Amino acid sequence: MRLRPPPAAPNLPVPLRRHRRPVHMSQTRIIGYDSRIEGDVVITRLEAALNWFRKNSLWPMPMGLACCAIELMAAGASRFDISRFGSEVMRFSPRQSDVMIVAGTVTYKMALVVRRLYEQMAEPKWVIAMGACASTGGMYRSYAVLQGVDRILPVDLYVAGCPPRPEALLDALLKLQAKVQREPVLKTLKQPGPAAPPAVPPAPRPEVLQPA
Amino acid sequence: MSARELAERLRRRFGDLISEPAEFRGEITVTLADAERVAEVCDFARTELGFDLLLDLTSVDRYGEEPRWELVYELYGLGHHQHLRLKTRVSEDKSELPTVTGVWRTADWHEREVYDMMGIRFRGHPDLRRILMWEGYPYFPLRKDFPLAGRASAVPGVAFSEPAPLEGGPFVTAPGGRDAIEREPRARTAEE
Repeated sequence: MRLRPPPAAPNLPVPLRRHRRPVHMSQTRIIGYDSRIEGDVVITRLEAALNWFRKNSLWPMPMGLACCAIELMAAGASRFDISRFGSEVMRFSPRQSDVMIVAGTVTYKMALVVRRLYEQMAEPKWVIAMGACASTGGMYRSYAVLQGVDRILPVDLYVAGCPPRPEALLDALLKLQAKVQREPVLKTLKQPGPAAPPAVPPAPRPEVLQPA
Repeated sequence: MSARELAERLRRRFGDLISEPAEFRGEITVTLADAERVAEVCDFARTELGFDLLLDLTSVDRYGEEPRWELVYELYGLGHHQHLRLKTRVSEDKSELPTVTGVWRTADWHEREVYDMMGIRFRGHPDLRRILMWEGYPYFPLRKDFPLAGRASAVPGVAFSEPAPLEGGPFVTAPGGRDAIEREPRARTAEE
């Protein structure tokens, strides 16, 4: 692969331009903002800028339900340090969160709460299903466990593992950032995000054995 | 005073209602013939015999036998450090017996769990609601005739549940069978 030489910068002072050498294969080309060349003005697309703001401060809603939550805590602590990616602000209030990390086994009883918390989160919002249980029910094939949180929430990313290592969660976070960067934010600015799966079809309330 | 002696005192007070104490690996078990008098027996055990702690209250589904339900009370005395197990049976038709929440407050949640999982009602319980499954769930999942995979249920606006895919049981792996992609109902290959 050949790198094209950078376009000549017409407004540079002459000495600076003279010192620039042609780019060869062995050289590293600096891609990004260079204040010496571009001055104080950055030109970009509004959508790219908005997405860039969003993706670098995804505040998680830690939906810790089982042992995956321990790995989630490890990801937040100093060794793995999720704050390197702007997600250190774990908000226990859904109103202030951007991404819900469902970490653990979702029982049917807890599923109601998970769904309600998701609905309380402000748009835009994303969901990471962390670990086997949150993704598919995992080893809990039983009457009490929801077989995958995607039955009640629109999941953006699934993380494999039982539980996943913190690196896997960080990888998911980076993938989510890449996804956020691609989003057509202006087109959907005034529109709701992905709809949650439709609510449970109405059924008559079954007979419950009531205490006498 | 040993647990056997305490059981004999219980037997002297209630006569034939209490069975001969059976010992197994150092633990004493007595059986109460009439579940309707369980609160009375437990009250005596607490006030007179010093069993001030209810360690556990569980139920067993003796499926196929009559009476079907067996309730197990694990008593312990913090003063004399003796342990006594009290068992009693309730028929499926009745599925009801007096509460012991008046004797030990801790029986409250234990009895709620027994009600939630088995459907045995406790007469006089202050707050007999489900404790593990959600309110409105129509089944009692720890009964022997309830499948582990569960049954479909739906309550509008509250919750739903579907049978879990079990493939012959949990943790079953057989050599030479179908591979995991075929077995797993929600697996997707990259091409799809």
